[in-house]
Amino acid sequence: MLSEKTVYPMSDNPRAQALAEPLPAERLETVEAWGGASASVSYVYRPTTVEALQEILALARRSGRSVGLRGGGNSYGDAAMNSENILLDMRRMNRLLAWDPENGRIQVEPGVTIAQLWQYVLEDGWWPPVVTGTSNTTVAGCAAMNVHGKNAYQAGPIGDHILAFDLLLPSGEIVACSREENSDIFYAAIGGMGLLGIFTALTLQLKRIYSGLLEVETQAQPDLAGMVRYFDENVARSNYIVGWIDAFAGGKALGRGDVHLANYLPPGADPHPSQTLRLDNQHLSPNMFGVLPRSIIWLFMRPLMNNPGTTLINTAKYWAGHLGGSKKYRQPHAAFHFLLDYVPDWKNAYGPGGLIQYQPFIPKETAVDAFAEILRLCQQRGLPNYLSVFKRHRPDDFLLTHGLDGYSLAMDFRVTPARKPRIAALARELDEIVLAANGRFYFAKDSTLRPEIAAAYLGAETIRQFKALKQRCDPEDLLETDLWRRVFP
Amino acid sequence: MSTPVNRPLEPRKRAIVVGASSGIGAALVRELAQQGYQVAALARRADKLTELCESVNALTHQQAAPRVRAYPHDVTDYTAVPALFQTIVRDLGGLDLIAYVAAVQPQVAPNEYDFAKDAAMIQVNLLGAIAWLNEAAVRFERARDGHIVGVSSIAGDRGRVGAPVYNSSKAGLNSYLESLRNRLTRYGVTVTTIKPGFVQTRLLANATKAFWVISPEEAARQIMQAAAQRRQTVYVPRRWGLVGLIIRHIPSFIFRRLSF
Repeated sequence: MLSEKTVYPMSDNPRAQALAEPLPAERLETVEAWGGASASVSYVYRPTTVEALQEILALARRSGRSVGLRGGGNSYGDAAMNSENILLDMRRMNRLLAWDPENGRIQVEPGVTIAQLWQYVLEDGWWPPVVTGTSNTTVAGCAAMNVHGKNAYQAGPIGDHILAFDLLLPSGEIVACSREENSDIFYAAIGGMGLLGIFTALTLQLKRIYSGLLEVETQAQPDLAGMVRYFDENVARSNYIVGWIDAFAGGKALGRGDVHLANYLPPGADPHPSQTLRLDNQHLSPNMFGVLPRSIIWLFMRPLMNNPGTTLINTAKYWAGHLGGSKKYRQPHAAFHFLLDYVPDWKNAYGPGGLIQYQPFIPKETAVDAFAEILRLCQQRGLPNYLSVFKRHRPDDFLLTHGLDGYSLAMDFRVTPARKPRIAALARELDEIVLAANGRFYFAKDSTLRPEIAAAYLGAETIRQFKALKQRCDPEDLLETDLWRRVFP
Repeated sequence: MSTPVNRPLEPRKRAIVVGASSGIGAALVRELAQQGYQVAALARRADKLTELCESVNALTHQQAAPRVRAYPHDVTDYTAVPALFQTIVRDLGGLDLIAYVAAVQPQVAPNEYDFAKDAAMIQVNLLGAIAWLNEAAVRFERARDGHIVGVSSIAGDRGRVGAPVYNSSKAGLNSYLESLRNRLTRYGVTVTTIKPGFVQTRLLANATKAFWVISPEEAARQIMQAAAQRRQTVYVPRRWGLVGLIIRHIPSFIFRRLSF
């Protein structure tokens, strides 16, 4: 009776018109950034087949929504989130398609996890050439973010070990890509954050190993210069190096920490390879110190996750390493690599506000000074990072790469509502230091990058090339994420 | 509007106000915008709505994105609600709070039984609320978070001689909001029922004798305070709570002889 025609606000964006087809509310889920510092609501679908993917793309078109891709959901920030739109959780597309144990080539569906991968190939004497600090990441997620491991300076990012992939474009077309075929898409979709198309099958070249163990050495370093010098002296003779930095130490001890390096065992060095290559030799004990179940360790860490508590932990860890001297031992691959899986749910120790990570990459020439400035600034602002990991990198050929001939420092910041504006302000200051040092950033970790900073380090030409490819692969802009809207508006 | 930018460390709160062209609704839009919310303002009268948006955005104009967006809508256009709700939430980039304020109260004489007037009150005050808050309830349940604010009235506490159907519409709204609360509390959703007394709005024109009258701005301020405290049922201003208590306990043999 009172009815008039309902009018919707108009704009020039085609997606701004009234939604043609409402989406089912039962698909709504709250999706968190892995660090837990932000969350948003999306319509989540978990397809198992390429046909189902195509149906969801059609649904997105009908309902005027964009589609975001999500793998293991281990990106610290919003790289795998798509607020108020469709989010594809790819983890159910997790079949192993082909395995050749003779030459170590494997073809997998996008949702196969690193854990699934290494556990499948280990007994044949192979190991993924690049792995993340948690094994819950998916192969497609790793490819989309072009992840690196503790061997980045030698092995490069995971993209350097991907031989080929099939990419489903939003048009419904499936494109085969490799270094030879559609190579422009190959170098852009790897590291392309799932914005050009959907990986439906990926082929990887794995690494031959001759033992289930690694030869590990640890050594304490008294300051940042010592840390960098140790990396320089040892990269040539090591397959993996990773440093941990005590971000609370200042003055002369700024940048002090521990270094762990590891090497594969050459053929013959392991007297019982058939035994160490067995899966049960790799598994972590369910208890720590023999009695404490790992699953509850984070509860004991919780009261220590504040500035005084983590000062204590970092100081104690440094002195334990320093006084213990240099140590050498053999350790299973899984134990060395998947540090983040060592204490399940460790991020809960940060409390309900979660954490964010800030990981700048800085060329070797400017690294010592820039990282010293970064560490000092964090301390001055009263926001020292609770866990800081130092790694060596090398350049690569991918379009949106974070790789360079230098170092990265991954810094964890505890987030609380009161700290949010302070961390955002600190990140702006740190961005300037990184840019001045010709540094780069890494989207898998990012929560704070602004468009002008991304444009400055990537260069206008790189962004133009990527957007031109996106226009070609996805002319309707069907694929989007929160990060894409935030950093590349 | 497509989906707005979300910055993980700079979250913004988002609200919908249904019935925003004047009175408590308009004041609530101003109050929410002042508190930093992105607001979708809905009302039937498009001109009033545009006026409100422009005046608020001029005050709070900081970024390129406007604080308040106008969505002309008639709450009795029930079938349009699901799609419009989704459009708005997408435009806002999420939803933290929805306030249903829309209400009509035509003048009704003591012995008047006009079905057209009565139906309008049920349709705007109650059915419109159900159409909008059902959508919000489903979403908030799935999201495990959210806040529903229903602006009802002390008039819903008892059926009085002067306003049988206005009283019924508000009593129905009270029961509906209570049921939503009982359904949704377990999912982390808060439902706040607001029972204003006399507020200086259009509806007051039809009141015979008014006292303790407050401005819509004061009402909006108290409503937001109650919402911030996650309260369940709040009389605005609070002294009406005592009146409500007395009215609810007047025995029928007395109440039916009274003429208010």
